[in-house]
Amino acid sequence: MTSRDIILAAVRTNQPTPAPPIPVVPLFEGTSRRLLEQFEEALISMGGKLAPKLDGQDLDALMQSLFPDAGVICSATPEVRGTRSLDESAGPGVLADVDVAVVRAAFGVAETGSVWLSEEELRVNALAYLAQHLVVLLDPAHIVSNLHQAYCDARFKTARYAVLVTGPSATADIEGVLIHGAQGVRSLTVALVPL
Amino acid sequence: MKPVDHAEASSHFIEATAHLEFHDRRLWDLRLKRDRQVCGIPEWEELRNLASAIKEHTLSHLADYLEEFETQATKNGAHVHWARDASEHNQIVYDILSAHGAKTLVKSKSMLTDECDMRQFLETRGVEVIETDLGERIQQLDDEPPSHIVVPAVHKLRGDVSEVFARTIGSEPGNTDVHYLAETMRQNTRPHFLGAEAGMTGANFAIAENGSFVVCTNEGNADLSANVPKLHIACIGIEKIIPKIEHLGVFIRMLSRSALGSPITQYTSHFRAPRPGTELHVVLTDNGRSQRLGMKDFWYSLKCIRCGACMNTCPVYRRSGGLSYGATYSGPIGIIIDPVFDIRKYSHLPYASTLNGSCTNVCPVKINIHEQIYKWRQIMAERNQLPLVKKEAIRIIGKVMSEPRLYRAAISATGLAVEHLPRFAIYNWLNPWGRQREVPAPPKQTFRSWYLENRGR
Repeated sequence: MTSRDIILAAVRTNQPTPAPPIPVVPLFEGTSRRLLEQFEEALISMGGKLAPKLDGQDLDALMQSLFPDAGVICSATPEVRGTRSLDESAGPGVLADVDVAVVRAAFGVAETGSVWLSEEELRVNALAYLAQHLVVLLDPAHIVSNLHQAYCDARFKTARYAVLVTGPSATADIEGVLIHGAQGVRSLTVALVPL
Repeated sequence: MKPVDHAEASSHFIEATAHLEFHDRRLWDLRLKRDRQVCGIPEWEELRNLASAIKEHTLSHLADYLEEFETQATKNGAHVHWARDASEHNQIVYDILSAHGAKTLVKSKSMLTDECDMRQFLETRGVEVIETDLGERIQQLDDEPPSHIVVPAVHKLRGDVSEVFARTIGSEPGNTDVHYLAETMRQNTRPHFLGAEAGMTGANFAIAENGSFVVCTNEGNADLSANVPKLHIACIGIEKIIPKIEHLGVFIRMLSRSALGSPITQYTSHFRAPRPGTELHVVLTDNGRSQRLGMKDFWYSLKCIRCGACMNTCPVYRRSGGLSYGATYSGPIGIIIDPVFDIRKYSHLPYASTLNGSCTNVCPVKINIHEQIYKWRQIMAERNQLPLVKKEAIRIIGKVMSEPRLYRAAISATGLAVEHLPRFAIYNWLNPWGRQREVPAPPKQTFRSWYLENRGR
């Protein structure tokens, strides 16, 4: 017998009976608060930032004004040119010197201030982690209320890799002191830009 | 093997006053942050019921769900391996690494690999293993196991971390600035992310419906470990399965709220299929879980989602530190899991509890932790695993409590004793309770004599 068969046989023998039915999970809708307001509040509480409203300027100008010292700006969305084009065939290692990465999220979650990204949005998954700073474009019309609703999104079934990103990378492993920029990005800025 | 002496180990922890005070305060602060989050979710108790029911359902059908997960994951292009125990788990991981000629492994935190003592196994075979979670890395560099399942180095102060880093990764000796220390670790780890041939993660949840698994982290290290090297190995305990994606909403809403008091971890990452040109391996590991599933009173502990809320709320854990438990899992959840691995070694652990029930009340999946602790005490007593003093004390108390006359005599004698006996007769080795505490002053009158006087006639 293989280990697989031994484990499955042991589980089958030992699993408790009678088996309770699987519960139906409600969507817990019913918050009267505006989704955008809730999203912004949650994002800030998780250490994220909101970009100032675009004042007639284009998105590349916004990146320059947010990160005037950035050497390499690399964008996964055609809406931002950046200073270096994203080469999907070169392997993730070439992104090690990226200062600012720009991506467009598929949607946001009001409850937690999260944005949803997959290999489709990121093109190179490591972009959102190797860069020093991450800017996420989000259509304010694409915000769902809570995580139950987020998990109804069919793209969870098909994406190879999907991530709910909430604020920048963080740690409090030394004496509970909060530090942004643990191993991933040092900052995360959400720019509310309609599609 | 001698049983782990939690009380003895704790006494050393307690001696370091600054550490003890910080540890107690920091973990209680996590508990308070959890409470604030819970208050913001009107459906919290409903979520707990749902989480518990989903887990109990899944564990009752675990074999079918494991098979479904395997089928789907294989369809997605992942390689699924099965490990009966720690040594098979470690061997499988080593064989995968060898087949790829991988000599360096960057990994995120995984209690399962700690449980299997995987790092040592790989290191003696020439594989360099780099923990990339800050707390876990501190513990690795200091050659200590994690002391908490969520915050592995919570028992250390900044001075300790500074000393470890100066000794191992070249930080400036004496520099105890927390930002500096974290930045030093970041800079030290980054070349490993870029150079390692293989990356490893654990999993918080594995979803049968589409063969994916979910990793919840804050530092971004799991996503770097999984998304930079060309080989991703995920080590997953068989109890991590849940049936459907829609069930994630229940667990993700509660996990970080219970653990750290934040609404969600910074990264909630879902891995379903390998990136083009790379490989994804999943090692489904039993290591005692199928056995526990058959234990009538104890299988509920398999519902655990490893949030650590029971540890943060436990007065014994907060004041004794995780390392005192001498096991991978410490605190209330450790007390009920560890004896399954080694009943003699962990026979004293069920007494590291006041049975106050707080662990059960904060548990997001409603494990009856304190009741299980009590049941383990019964088992230890039946199996004659009690230390002599405790056994004698319990025998005498049992006799006294069952006979009202003896009880009354004992109560008034105790009052007199506390008032009149010299200290050495009260504070000695027969009374470990009195080691750090003063015995309370006896009341002037017992309740019974007051009752007889005032209401008796």
